[in-house]
Amino acid sequence: MSNRIVVPFGPQHPVLPEPIHLDLVLEDERVVEAIPTIGYVHRGLEKLVEKRDYKDYVLIAERICGICSFTHSVTYCNAIEHIMGVEVPPRAQFIRTIWMEYSRMHSHLLWLGLAADAMGFENLFMNAWRLREEILDDMEATTGGRVIQGTCKVGGIRRDIGDDKLGEMVDHLKKIRPLLEESNRIFTHDQTVRHRMRGLSVLSEKDAWDLGAVGPVARGSGCDMDVRSSGYSAYGELGFKPVTFSHGDCLDRCLVRSEEVLASVDLVERAVAKMPDGPIEEKVTGNPEGECFAFSEQPRGECLHYVRANGKKNIVRHRVRTPTFTNVPPLVKLLEGIELADVPVVVLTIDPCIGCCDR
Amino acid sequence: MIEQKHTIIEIEVADLLKKTEEYHKAGHRLVQIGTTPLGDRYEINYTFTTAWDFESLRITVHDGDELPSISGIYWGAFIYENEINDLFGIPVNGMNIDFKGHLIETRIPTPFKNPPKITKVPKGGDA
Repeated sequence: MSNRIVVPFGPQHPVLPEPIHLDLVLEDERVVEAIPTIGYVHRGLEKLVEKRDYKDYVLIAERICGICSFTHSVTYCNAIEHIMGVEVPPRAQFIRTIWMEYSRMHSHLLWLGLAADAMGFENLFMNAWRLREEILDDMEATTGGRVIQGTCKVGGIRRDIGDDKLGEMVDHLKKIRPLLEESNRIFTHDQTVRHRMRGLSVLSEKDAWDLGAVGPVARGSGCDMDVRSSGYSAYGELGFKPVTFSHGDCLDRCLVRSEEVLASVDLVERAVAKMPDGPIEEKVTGNPEGECFAFSEQPRGECLHYVRANGKKNIVRHRVRTPTFTNVPPLVKLLEGIELADVPVVVLTIDPCIGCCDR
Repeated sequence: MIEQKHTIIEIEVADLLKKTEEYHKAGHRLVQIGTTPLGDRYEINYTFTTAWDFESLRITVHDGDELPSISGIYWGAFIYENEINDLFGIPVNGMNIDFKGHLIETRIPTPFKNPPKITKVPKGGDA
């Protein structure tokens, strides 16, 4: 029997944008066990809800994550609006949906760049991030912020997008679509990418379901689960269909994200085509009393915001179950049996967002 | 508009494993385990689903109580159970992976635990 050694991986590692620590138990070069530790950036944001006005707290909810920020604020607002029986105007729902899809595009392009960088494919890395800048430009032009928007509020949104600007956004997306398709083609067919990722760390559909995997990790294993299918915000009117792949390996987790960028472009185009006229917010008075579990599909997967309120301006409890948190058990399984040199690529394929996870 | 349905079922702690086993056999996935501190007690929700109809088993526990682990039924539950132990100070017995309070390293131990009940403020001093 080989000797076992423990190799610490992280919390600071060139391939990790955020701190997570893994104790990798190795036999020769093969991982036989992985023990994760999180909490290095635990901020206790959920606790702040006890001291902030529930309307102001939207801005804190948005800061749970620097990438899926807008989706966090929408999910929190959905929970409060559900408790208070607030009907958000359709135009606000559509614009929220557009911004959520822009968040998804920039998050996935960020990840695709990181994945290419982890494989040593520098050109692909720079190409993905160049395309991400194009998306961020439109985010900035319409919200004023690149990654933190601050445009969602309880009852609707703070800023409208004029019809002219919506047209410009669609034109811009049409212009960059061929570049996104070219990037997608490289991820799908390039030998370097396929050699590095095909067949690596396979997660079967059954294991993905049993272990509680969500988002591209689950859909890359063939699980047809995407909260957008439930029709929240404006998704019910946009003919949404989830992107799934069936091999369950690193490449399929990558391809789900790559294809979803193009699917997001389609969703934005459809949302603009169907954009209703009308107000962008419903006036909200009083304080919430009750509880709600609100779900949304963030770029990294299903996210839950649980809100409990007692009729005062401070919320009793705000609990956020982020996609990375629930993807940690699948990660532990994914790491078992792989070579040490593959660990960085495999860790990346769950798109770990530790800021979200530690909130 | 939220389109997801959610049903909350209140149960006793003693029935937790049996009910969880039923969900597992019926093909539900574990969505989350979440704790709400309510001053003198904690509510813990175990959420399951097969699609977009969610069901939560709700149990109520107090400081000093212990929970049985469901990680023998849902392997991935260890992440939530360690969180309950680390943030709320509620011990969970029989976890498949027990970090012994070190999954989430916080400067203050069990920061989300209910504050101690103050029944009498001593004269001339802080409670």
